[in-house]
Amino acid sequence: MHASPIMATASQNGNAAVVIEELDKHFGNVQALQGLSASIHYGRLTGLVGPDGAGKTTLMRILTGLLEPNAGRVTLAGYDVVRDNDAIHVASGYMPQRFGLYEDLSVMENMRLYARLRGMDADRNTELFSELLDFTRLGPFTERLAGKLSGGMKQKLGLACALMARPKVLLLDEPGVGVDPVSRQDLWRMVQALTGEGMAVVWSTAYLDEAERCESVLLLNQGQLLFDGPPQTLTTQLEGRSFRLQNVGAERRAVLTKALDLDSVSDGVIQGAGVRVVLRAGAETEQIQILADQVQVALTPVPARFEDAFIDLLGGGPGGTSALAERLPPVELGSDIAVSCRNLTKRFGDFTATDNVSFEVQKGEIFGLLGPNGAGKSTTFKMLCGLLKPTYGEAQVVGYDLRRATGAAKSRLGYMAQKFSLYGLLSVRQNLEFSAGVYELEGQTRRERIEEMIDTFDLSNWLSAAPDSLPLGLKQRLALACALMHRPPVLFLDEPTSGVDPITRREFWTHINGLARKGVTIMVTTHFMDEAEYCDRVAMLSRARLIALDTPDALKQGAATTEKPDPTMEDAFIHLVESAEQNEEVNT
Amino acid sequence: MSQRSRFFGFTRLRAQFIKEVLSVLCDPRSRMVVLVPPLLQLLVFAFAATLEVSNVNVAVYNQDAGRWSHELIQRLNGVDFITRVHHIDNRQELHQLIDRGDVIAALVIPADFSRNIAAGGSAYAQVLVDGRRSNSGQITVAYLSSIAADVGAEVALDAQALTPVAVRHWFNPNLIYRWYIVPGLTGVLALFSALLITSLSIARERELGTFDQLLVSPTSTPEIIISKSLPGLAIGAMLGLFMVGAGVFLFGIPFSGSFTLLVASLVLFILSVVGIGLMISAISMTQQQAVLGAFAIGVPAVLMSGFSTPVENMPVFLQWLAQTIPLTHFLIIVEGSFLKAMPPADILASLWPLALIALVTLTMATVFVRGHLQ
Repeated sequence: MHASPIMATASQNGNAAVVIEELDKHFGNVQALQGLSASIHYGRLTGLVGPDGAGKTTLMRILTGLLEPNAGRVTLAGYDVVRDNDAIHVASGYMPQRFGLYEDLSVMENMRLYARLRGMDADRNTELFSELLDFTRLGPFTERLAGKLSGGMKQKLGLACALMARPKVLLLDEPGVGVDPVSRQDLWRMVQALTGEGMAVVWSTAYLDEAERCESVLLLNQGQLLFDGPPQTLTTQLEGRSFRLQNVGAERRAVLTKALDLDSVSDGVIQGAGVRVVLRAGAETEQIQILADQVQVALTPVPARFEDAFIDLLGGGPGGTSALAERLPPVELGSDIAVSCRNLTKRFGDFTATDNVSFEVQKGEIFGLLGPNGAGKSTTFKMLCGLLKPTYGEAQVVGYDLRRATGAAKSRLGYMAQKFSLYGLLSVRQNLEFSAGVYELEGQTRRERIEEMIDTFDLSNWLSAAPDSLPLGLKQRLALACALMHRPPVLFLDEPTSGVDPITRREFWTHINGLARKGVTIMVTTHFMDEAEYCDRVAMLSRARLIALDTPDALKQGAATTEKPDPTMEDAFIHLVESAEQNEEVNT
Repeated sequence: MSQRSRFFGFTRLRAQFIKEVLSVLCDPRSRMVVLVPPLLQLLVFAFAATLEVSNVNVAVYNQDAGRWSHELIQRLNGVDFITRVHHIDNRQELHQLIDRGDVIAALVIPADFSRNIAAGGSAYAQVLVDGRRSNSGQITVAYLSSIAADVGAEVALDAQALTPVAVRHWFNPNLIYRWYIVPGLTGVLALFSALLITSLSIARERELGTFDQLLVSPTSTPEIIISKSLPGLAIGAMLGLFMVGAGVFLFGIPFSGSFTLLVASLVLFILSVVGIGLMISAISMTQQQAVLGAFAIGVPAVLMSGFSTPVENMPVFLQWLAQTIPLTHFLIIVEGSFLKAMPPADILASLWPLALIALVTLTMATVFVRGHLQ
């Protein structure tokens, strides 16, 4: 472990670094935080956990004195955030979601700039600089422009700049977003070193698996504090309620649907070839055992996860039947291959974004593209659906090269972009009408399809609302409705669930599973490792190359070691990326 | 799916057109583009911006005590365009007044001014002008010399030496500045509104992420171009006609040309601008870039179009460049239609370059939008 250069001057263990009392904050009619009371301690990593819109950033900004609360009181390192605002800026280090790095300055120039902004003499602090560079392992890159760094390296540079003034309390707003698992591990290592020195570190996140790594957790949902304490306290409450149906295989989607429709099951997800379920509080294993016997698989108890506990706190996940898929006729395709690419290569100048990628996707398959940021998954994805022209090689969807394809061929695919690309200025109905029109639905069919979408996605109460004013879950339903209006046999999903709460994600995957069962081919990119488990096969990209292509279970198996006999998808990912990088070094 | 809808599908086009119109009407930024500039420009250009010289101060350093210098100064005091006449008695003060910009010009009357006139000879007075304000200065000199000529006429009353040249201005006999500026504004206003609305349109969708969605849909590039052209065309034409109306009914400018031909020219003119706007939009990643791009193109285009300075005064190379600017041709048509009943043949001579430019810019916009897929 590296020696940290940052010494929290007063490492009063056991003392509260931050005390929050009855905090209220609203923006207009929106209640962002409600009656929040909690404390954050020195020498501890505190996770601020909750889905998007839970109030995490608002709380962070109040803690750093950037926002004034409407009611309540907050002290940080003994200073009142409103009255002693100037002292707060000295005592705290804040790394916002997008740290304000100057992209046209080099790593070193950025650091010198932040040192000067903090009133420090950059020339006299060479020792601090080299310590910070050592700590963040950015030493070899001091001359590189910040704009050319990868997502993970940017976060590390941001962290170095936030640490410049040796804060007592370090506030990190979603440092894990846009960072691949390898860099994420690096960040954890650094943060642990800092808390070891007595600093109070707050790590906000929407990833519930990150919460498990924190020593203490503040769990927020819709502005309210659901839980305050070590994550284990919460997960132990669910002890004995999590099970896995092992190796269900091809039938797993149908089994999940059945399991979720059972009264005794509150939540369930697909994990590779298996199905993981969480039972309701006090429910017996009888029903799920019957299901396991029916499909002749073993039912094994598994340790509870933080995500199980969160969904349980919110009253369980959605049901397993997709009203959408119910109505869809089975997909008929001329061939068994829905999507294929051969030697797909894309260069931007002398930078190769995708290098010689080939694969075939079967009809009705859920196919995942995974990779660290900048690994080329987005570029590959865009070439497949005709948004980018390959430098070399070709891509086909249902037998057509979409870049040259006519409207008729293009109407065979559905596309849902990141962040639900909806027309924010148009109403919900106008958005639906637009999608119907662009996909040439006319007359009777048009009216029927729009009504069908309104019906299945339960949008009737929101028809004249602007999409931007909708809760995230509804926005996602609308985006899916727009993408599926013309019943495409192939559906492209580009990071469809980033920033979405787990319950909305469950609902989304229920629909996707239902669609796949009807024979719709799904192409999906994601950076949620547990979502990769829903895929039939996963293509793993690293440094523009395809480094692995297999079922999630086989990928996990490949990463199994004696210490870790049952690795997670994230372990598999790190293992694959690291061994691919080693191979590359051996070869060169 | 049928082949008939390969390039143009009415359903797709209608859906996109409705989307575009709603986007423009519901977007506060676009609404501002539609409403604020016309009112602002109407007020600013029509009432404030003028090339006529008025409200200036002049200094008089009179070293003569005779009758004729007195006569000259009396006339200066009497004219409308001078607000104040500074009477000074040394050269130093004169320099100071000009240096500080307190006066635009100074009249220096030498000690022998009246004596020379009385002796039947010519008298000379010196005019010092602030060259930093060259345009207003020149006009002031012209006013001053006509006053001097009047005095001269009185001196030589018996010699019948009246002002030698009588100027008559055709088309705008009283040289009313607004008669010149308001027709030109029709073009400038239509240019900026169409340019801004179209340059925002693709960039806005790119920010929302809906542009990719549109590109993967069966819609074709020409359809995107057409649907994105229409709101700019409608609003640009509306504003252009609004200014024509303001010119006729508010400022009473005689409209003597063909209204039909003017509307046709306006449409072609806006189409060529829409093409430029869409090109800007196709290469902009954000709306901010698009607005900057629109101004980076729009401002030089107005300056070089002949709106403020005659194209004939530019170097030959720039004159050629000016021919590629749609506004240059439209200004000829609109100014001609207002004041001089331009015959259709002359309008057509400026109309075909407009049609050509529109064809080129719209084709290039299509290429840019399609080319961005690379």
